[in-house]
Amino acid sequence: MVVALRRIWALLREVTGDDAYERYLEHWRVGHAADGTAPLERAAFYREEQRRKWDGVRRCC
Amino acid sequence: MATTTQTLPKPVSLVVWIAVVALGTFGLAAIALNRGESVDALWFIVAAVCVYAVGYRFYSAFLASKVLALDPTRATPAERFSDGRDFMPTNRWIVFGHHFAAIAGPGPLIGPTLAAQFGYLPGTLWILIGAVLGGCVQDFVSLFCSIRRDGRSLGQMARDELGPIGGAVALIGVMAIMIILIAVLGLVVVNAMRHSPWATSTVAATIPIAVMIGLFMRHLRPGRVLEGTAIGVVLLLAAVFGGGWIADHPTLRAWFDYDAPALALMVILYGFAAAVLPVWLLLAPRDYLSTFMKIGTIVALAVAIVILNPTVQMPALTQFVDGTGPIFGGNVFPFVFITIACGAISGFHSLIASGTTPKLLASERDARFIGYGAMAMESFVAIMAMVAACVLDPGVFFAINSPAGVVGADPATAVATITSWGYPVTVDQMSTLADEMGESTLFARTGGAPSLAVGMASIFSSAFGNSLLSVWYHFAIMFEALFILTTVDAGTRVARFMLQDLLGNVVRPMGRTSWYPSVLICSALVVAGWGYFLYYGTLDPLGGINSLWPLFGIANQMLAAIALCVATTVLVKSGRARYAWVTVLPLGWLVAVTTAAAWEKLFSPDLRVGFLSHANDLSAKLDAGALTGTAATQAPQLIFNDRLDAALTLFFLTTVWVLVVETARICHASLSGRRCPPLSETPHVPTRAAVEG
Repeated sequence: MVVALRRIWALLREVTGDDAYERYLEHWRVGHAADGTAPLERAAFYREEQRRKWDGVRRCC
Repeated sequence: MATTTQTLPKPVSLVVWIAVVALGTFGLAAIALNRGESVDALWFIVAAVCVYAVGYRFYSAFLASKVLALDPTRATPAERFSDGRDFMPTNRWIVFGHHFAAIAGPGPLIGPTLAAQFGYLPGTLWILIGAVLGGCVQDFVSLFCSIRRDGRSLGQMARDELGPIGGAVALIGVMAIMIILIAVLGLVVVNAMRHSPWATSTVAATIPIAVMIGLFMRHLRPGRVLEGTAIGVVLLLAAVFGGGWIADHPTLRAWFDYDAPALALMVILYGFAAAVLPVWLLLAPRDYLSTFMKIGTIVALAVAIVILNPTVQMPALTQFVDGTGPIFGGNVFPFVFITIACGAISGFHSLIASGTTPKLLASERDARFIGYGAMAMESFVAIMAMVAACVLDPGVFFAINSPAGVVGADPATAVATITSWGYPVTVDQMSTLADEMGESTLFARTGGAPSLAVGMASIFSSAFGNSLLSVWYHFAIMFEALFILTTVDAGTRVARFMLQDLLGNVVRPMGRTSWYPSVLICSALVVAGWGYFLYYGTLDPLGGINSLWPLFGIANQMLAAIALCVATTVLVKSGRARYAWVTVLPLGWLVAVTTAAAWEKLFSPDLRVGFLSHANDLSAKLDAGALTGTAATQAPQLIFNDRLDAALTLFFLTTVWVLVVETARICHASLSGRRCPPLSETPHVPTRAAVEG
């Protein structure tokens, strides 16, 4: 039961993009940690995300 | 869906699918063959679900394996360019959710409601057949083409595959459709808010609420989407109740009580402000809110229809199939196919399917589920909108949706006209209904949103408690306004980017998307464009919907034709000409429909259909001195508008034919081995991931 609820919660966070920063950190650890750069701060990441997301057609009729 | 059926042992699967086909056929027969008796709304749901299931299981499987030959061993752009953001292999259910949220706007709710004037049958059949053989195919193949081209956009693909003419036409077409779309959606909101302090104050409250959530998610809790959304939804519900309080307040109500032209000016002003403000302040937070509201409300509506199983009151066909319909003029062919674009086939989707979505797919195989499946889901939303419109008493439906210029401005004349058509309705009935909904009047609220809200309110209140009709009504209005305004804002922005791109070729600095003077000038130009159509739409005595909605429908189908042209050349050039009928079939139908509709809008002698005959009639009357008062002062403007609409229609018609001829030329050149733009597909790169995804 608890496991199922936790699963649903994780899915909900993923669908809504609530965990986008955690996923970014994960991606950074795997792909870019070796570059010697630091990952973006949470607020900076979110700002960057929004700018990028709305740079094209995002909504339909 | 597919995975569960594929794991079933063969005979069981066979029996299940025979049962689905039988049930679907029975459902369709119950809807289509019924004459004069009432039909349960459940049959619409059953028939629709079975049609989509069969279409998905068999037709999309055929498309995936034979026509497009999806190749799970091929690395997708998400894998090849993975950067953790733009390009990112993502779980297919998540991509499905994002894609569906992006394609499902207010269109599938409004179109079917308007088309219900022909009766429920033409619209329902077109939604089902159009989606399975047209819309889903278009979305699927557009997505496929984009995945095979590094996630490139429709405009770029048109340029690569069809050459510079195709590319330029596609770009200008997209901008034109955006302008018309925003104007007509703005008009729908304005008609819902006209002289309604409750609706106006609730819709107005969504703006500061969105700004608050924007500030919250930027400064207090960066990126906490769920927290921000939860607070926002609570505030929005409070705004719905608060609006009721304002509407009852003697002084406050006057602050929110405006006529249509005044509201149009406010929407225009708002549109400009929203387009130049940073996205995080208004657009992004409102987009979260509207997405949650949209999905929640659609699910609730589906549940309510299934629980309640209301009876459809609208006849299968009305006498208005002959073109005399009050909401918009024109025969059932071609106008039902123009009126219902979103929900059956919507060209706009090809922009989404060649935008963000192709950059997220983890496996090429997912294109079937996301491209074909999400469109089937949107089509289902359109079916529910059709049901919600048709469970209303037809007399009430026509009273809400008929413009004053057609049925008469005062209630007594309006009900007399509508009753004389054979749809009895009384002034008492309408004023009781308006009272229950917390409105002063429901007459002539053309556009679909109010009648859908009445339908939804009655369905919701009987399913979830009977006392709150007026709250449900304004909840439905708020919910539609919320995502219409999101589309207004997002659409203005996209059109602005395109205009900046275009002007950048002439004046270099104008092309810099972040240069503020360029942002202001281009936003102002775009807003002026749609604002013009919106403002004069509110002055049009026939109701601006009558001229703007068909124009929007033609533009949207034209865009679909562009996408199908690109897909057809891709199929032919990649040696699959024998399967090209898959895209040529819907393309041929769309060309026939848009050509017929454009022709009628240009040259029909019927004053409510032909733009030119209406302009000529008006100018003859003006010259003869037959017009007086405001009618005389507005006439020159209306005449100009008619001619402008005619010019736009001609432009759309020309665009479609230029592209079709280009496509035919290139396909012919390719088949006969002559020179043509080469297939721009990215070479095969094997995927690193295990093939079984």
